[in-house]
Amino acid sequence: MKSSVITFPGSNCDRDMDVALKKFGFHNKMVWHDENELPKSDLVVLPGGFSYGDYLRCGSMASKSRIMQSVINFAKSGGLVMGICNGFQILVETGLVPGVLLRNKYLEFICKNVFVKLDNKENAYFKNLNKDILEFHIAHNEGNYFCTKDQLKEIEDNNQIAIYYCNKEGKIEDQYNPNGSIKNIAGIFNKEKNVLGMMPHPERMIDQSLSGEDGSIFFKNLMNNIK
Amino acid sequence: MKISAIITLKKDVLDPQGKVIHQALDGMGFENISEVRQGKYFEIDVKENDPNKAKAVVEDMCKKLLANLVIENFKIIETQ
Repeated sequence: MKSSVITFPGSNCDRDMDVALKKFGFHNKMVWHDENELPKSDLVVLPGGFSYGDYLRCGSMASKSRIMQSVINFAKSGGLVMGICNGFQILVETGLVPGVLLRNKYLEFICKNVFVKLDNKENAYFKNLNKDILEFHIAHNEGNYFCTKDQLKEIEDNNQIAIYYCNKEGKIEDQYNPNGSIKNIAGIFNKEKNVLGMMPHPERMIDQSLSGEDGSIFFKNLMNNIK
Repeated sequence: MKISAIITLKKDVLDPQGKVIHQALDGMGFENISEVRQGKYFEIDVKENDPNKAKAVVEDMCKKLLANLVIENFKIIETQ
């Protein structure tokens, strides 16, 4: 299976993602933002970081970069596109997933492990996953998911909420919401569920001795679902 | 000609930075404030002499890049 990770000026989780994808069997290519065309891919990843120094709004400049037209076309034709952290911010700025990511509620950069609960397994990312609660890492300043009331209704009606912040037991409550996101939302799908944007970093959880293994579970399952 | 665009957060969007600035101003003795909202200001020199055309160009910029219409409003002002 082939994957592509897009590197923007200021991306800093692109190489971690490369390591994670290769570890679980993907033939991964790094693609510079200034390229015109995506290489043939089964999965495209927009990695975390601070693309364009977070100028204007996080992800806004990257969403207009040259490669993104090709990524948007790939997503619109049904290709799998996953945006992590800054990648999620880029996805909302392209309009591929609804909503925006605002500054964290308490104005702090948050860097810690969190638990997230899956809401929907009818998609290529979570299908057949034998765990509903995963421990991932978050590191962001703008992860406070916001959308209009109409958008929220549409998101809920179409089962587009991918993951919620929760506690170890899977309880989704305000006290387990790190950044003020509406409804504890940590990740969102597009309507067709081929585009996934999420703040947590699964690629930081692929080694028991460094962090944890829930990222390994996620990537192994993703690989099995795609092949 | 120079056209300005002011981008502000919509009313129902939380503005934690504005809140903190409000608190700081309050602490400094500026007590007559009911609310502070932070926004962005752009001054764009458009190569265009017709003010309506120049404003239309900046409006297009606001819609496509400068503002995120999910959370922000924009206002365009002719400055020169």
